Amino acid sequence: MLDKTNVKVLDKVVVRFSGDSGDGMQLAGNIFTNVSAGVGNEVSTFPDYPAEVRAPQGSLSGVSGFQVSVGRGVHTPGDRCDVLLAMNPAALKQNVRFLKSGGIIIVDSDSFGEADLRKALFATNDPYTELGIDPAQVLEVPVTTMTRAALADSGMDNKSILKCRNIFALGVVCWLFDRPIEAACHYISKKFAKKPAIAKANCAVVQAGYDFGHNTHASMSTYRIETEDPRPGVYTDINGNTATAWGLIMASEKSGRPLFLGSYPITPATDILHELAKRKDLGVKACQMEDEIAGVCSAIGASFAGNLAVTSTSGPGLALKSEGIGLAVIAELPLVVIDVQRGGPSTGLPTKTEQTDLMQALYGRNGESPIVVLSAASPTDCFTMAFEACRIAIEHMTPVILLTDAFIANGSSAWRIPEAGEYPEIRPNFVPEHLRNSSWRPYLRNPETLVRYWAIPGTEGLQHRLGGLEKDANTSAISTDPVNHEKMVMLRRQKIANIAKDIPEVKVYGDGKADTLLVGWGGTYGHLRTAAEELTKQGTPVDLAHFRYINPLPANTAEVLRRYRRVIVAELNTGMFADYLQAKFPDVRIERINKIQGQPFLVSEVIDGVRLNLSKEK
Amino acid sequence: MQTQENTPAYTPADFKSDQAVRWCPGCGDHAILNTLHKAMAEVGVPPYRTAVISGIGCSSRLPYYMNTYGFHTIHGRAAAIATGFKVANPEMTVWQISGDGDGLAIGGNHFIHAVRRNIDINIVLFNNKIYGLTKGQYSPTSARGFVSKSSPYGTTEDPFIPAELVFGARGTFFARSIDVELKTSQEVMVAAARHKGTSVVEILQNCVIFNNGIHNAITDRTVRADRTIHLVHGQKMIFGANGDKGLVRDGFLLKAVTIGQDGYTMDDVLVHDAHTPSNFLHQQLAMMDGMTLPLAVGVIRDVESPSYETAVSQQVDEVKAAHGFTCLRDMILAGDTWEVPAK
Repeated sequence: MLDKTNVKVLDKVVVRFSGDSGDGMQLAGNIFTNVSAGVGNEVSTFPDYPAEVRAPQGSLSGVSGFQVSVGRGVHTPGDRCDVLLAMNPAALKQNVRFLKSGGIIIVDSDSFGEADLRKALFATNDPYTELGIDPAQVLEVPVTTMTRAALADSGMDNKSILKCRNIFALGVVCWLFDRPIEAACHYISKKFAKKPAIAKANCAVVQAGYDFGHNTHASMSTYRIETEDPRPGVYTDINGNTATAWGLIMASEKSGRPLFLGSYPITPATDILHELAKRKDLGVKACQMEDEIAGVCSAIGASFAGNLAVTSTSGPGLALKSEGIGLAVIAELPLVVIDVQRGGPSTGLPTKTEQTDLMQALYGRNGESPIVVLSAASPTDCFTMAFEACRIAIEHMTPVILLTDAFIANGSSAWRIPEAGEYPEIRPNFVPEHLRNSSWRPYLRNPETLVRYWAIPGTEGLQHRLGGLEKDANTSAISTDPVNHEKMVMLRRQKIANIAKDIPEVKVYGDGKADTLLVGWGGTYGHLRTAAEELTKQGTPVDLAHFRYINPLPANTAEVLRRYRRVIVAELNTGMFADYLQAKFPDVRIERINKIQGQPFLVSEVIDGVRLNLSKEK
Repeated sequence: MQTQENTPAYTPADFKSDQAVRWCPGCGDHAILNTLHKAMAEVGVPPYRTAVISGIGCSSRLPYYMNTYGFHTIHGRAAAIATGFKVANPEMTVWQISGDGDGLAIGGNHFIHAVRRNIDINIVLFNNKIYGLTKGQYSPTSARGFVSKSSPYGTTEDPFIPAELVFGARGTFFARSIDVELKTSQEVMVAAARHKGTSVVEILQNCVIFNNGIHNAITDRTVRADRTIHLVHGQKMIFGANGDKGLVRDGFLLKAVTIGQDGYTMDDVLVHDAHTPSNFLHQQLAMMDGMTLPLAVGVIRDVESPSYETAVSQQVDEVKAAHGFTCLRDMILAGDTWEVPAK
């Protein structure tokens, strides 16, 4: 049993909730996250679901986890946890590897009977010894018994009472980290707004859990977590897929173009379809089509019709959409393609994260078909980058692929809701009044940006025909002329290259005194930022350049890379972004840190990787 | 659907583009194109309110010859593109031009799902039972045993009958014509345009280069009157060079009889009801192949059912009104939030 007595003050802590997939761990974790964000902590979460829809109860494959880091300077959900909540032996067995050495384990001691241990394939009745856990680390709480006791007079049946176990455990965790129990009650009441009896019971249970911790372990240390001083405003907890969906809606509001989504269910992108299907209340037309191809093609049709058109998918779906995206390239129509990357090739690791679609996004089409490729750095950045994808697509008349990944799509952070006017107006390149005459042609371009003008069907006098066949640069009629084709290829290429003037420069994190630059892109931002900060703190100065705009690259890319003696690209693939940069900047020597395990980086892995690179040089 | 009944505001020429038509001389497509121009003028929807969307193939070149909004897309996907277009911009009248390869082979999935959704588009399916643009391979409507460059010993598979797919997908409109039957083609195109929901018009088209005469057994002038029947809603099912043949019930099936023979009178001849919801008889009529029973042309089925884009727009309006949000921020603020006050 624990018997520490000091009160600890921490910058940040990592808590991992784990239990059977029916135990409500995601809910308990979410409430803890919201309560922490509400008291001013930065938060970052990582839900870790089993792949099976419903594995057998108590089995190792049925364990569901939810990890959250709260505190100050939080960029990731944490490599390992300070506190592990395990609702049964299977959860303990599966998750103990995520515990920091010396970390605390909270278990439901009522769920560690012989039958429970057998289901989790323990050979003996002493799980701690089998797993090499020091019993002094373990806080045994009779969660089931105490939950029953708290609800003895509630009149609820046994099954309903047992469903409240997760909330009792949440109460204990709230006590340990000094979280306000009223705030937890507030979220419980909202969650069960339609079932007041259940809400009331859970509020009583969370209080009971808190009191249990307070009364029985008064001598044990609790923690005070440092809070950040966040920008004033209204905040909400948001995951990457929801942020993506909302960013698209914001772009629709700022462009005046109605939002159309053509999509097909695919893990881990489906939540974007779910959210936009709900947002019919904001005028969104989200259509679940018959396949991935129909998803992109219906979006292309909607784009031709004058909507802000989007299709959402993951890697295998992007492969199916390739021909459609090529059509949008030659027709020069705005189109946003969201690819929530997962492990591949083929069906691969559908619920796990990777950055292995980069080359597919950049080059996965027939012919010379350059398009814009963007990536999002974090769950909340998905909002900004989805908005940016729409802005660039509409203002530059081009398909844009936005790469997110399973890690940031499912992870969440506290997010300040933007005020009205915080995001810029998006200005579609409509056919200007002075060109609306008989000499107007659909492939007529703005001479400076090379962007063709957008004529919305239904407009009198602007009837025109687009198509997948090459067109004459002057007349816009079908043309097979060899010289004209090369001219059109170069025009489309230059149009995309010009976008570098319309995107922000890449930002370098660090004081500029380092001679080593860590480089990353997309969803690895939190881990790389933390690793660079840790290395610098430990006396090895490392700066970080993190890319969200991939094609075209920001205008200052070459200058930034050439400023450092050492450039190390860290990514969750075998080196796609490193190869891309190396091809563009052959004079820069690029080193690599790679991981392809379906899991995000651990900060420690990046630190070790950088150190290994430095040591090789000596 | 906008119609202007009295003096037509548009002439066929208003729907013609300035591009030279590039189909082979003698190709059935020329007649279909001209008929479409006439049908559009008759319907009276302005060219700028009309979109023509196609896939890939000979027939799919058609949008370039229209002075409407047009989109020549990729192989097989026109139905999906037209669906997105119509949902996004329901004010437009949308035509989809497809061939038997484009629409029923590579695009078969999109075809049946468009029909199932009942999206308000008019699909004109040019059926010449051959791949023309790739120079002569068998198509999904080619008969078993058909010899082509890709089936030198004859095909070893059965064809689709387009009408059967439409009924299998619970279609609400099916009509048929022959490229040379200009009046019937125009009549069914106008009916297709006026039908709210997915309209499928199959036109038997002759590929003069790779499959010349494929429909001759039915369409040749010498036999056409006896081997086809022009169905008109509310009229008796009469056919034949002398107008003395009719269709009557034969148990659950149909039978062709000569009026005045074997005791059959005009009273026994069936009256065509294109609007009855049951597709049982429609399907039997559409499956007649011109041999034992005459091939049916005209509007075979035309029933009302909610169209997809209308239902989507209605649901948007209902949910918007029910939730009452004015913008994204409004919607987010109604959820779980907390405030960090200014210091």
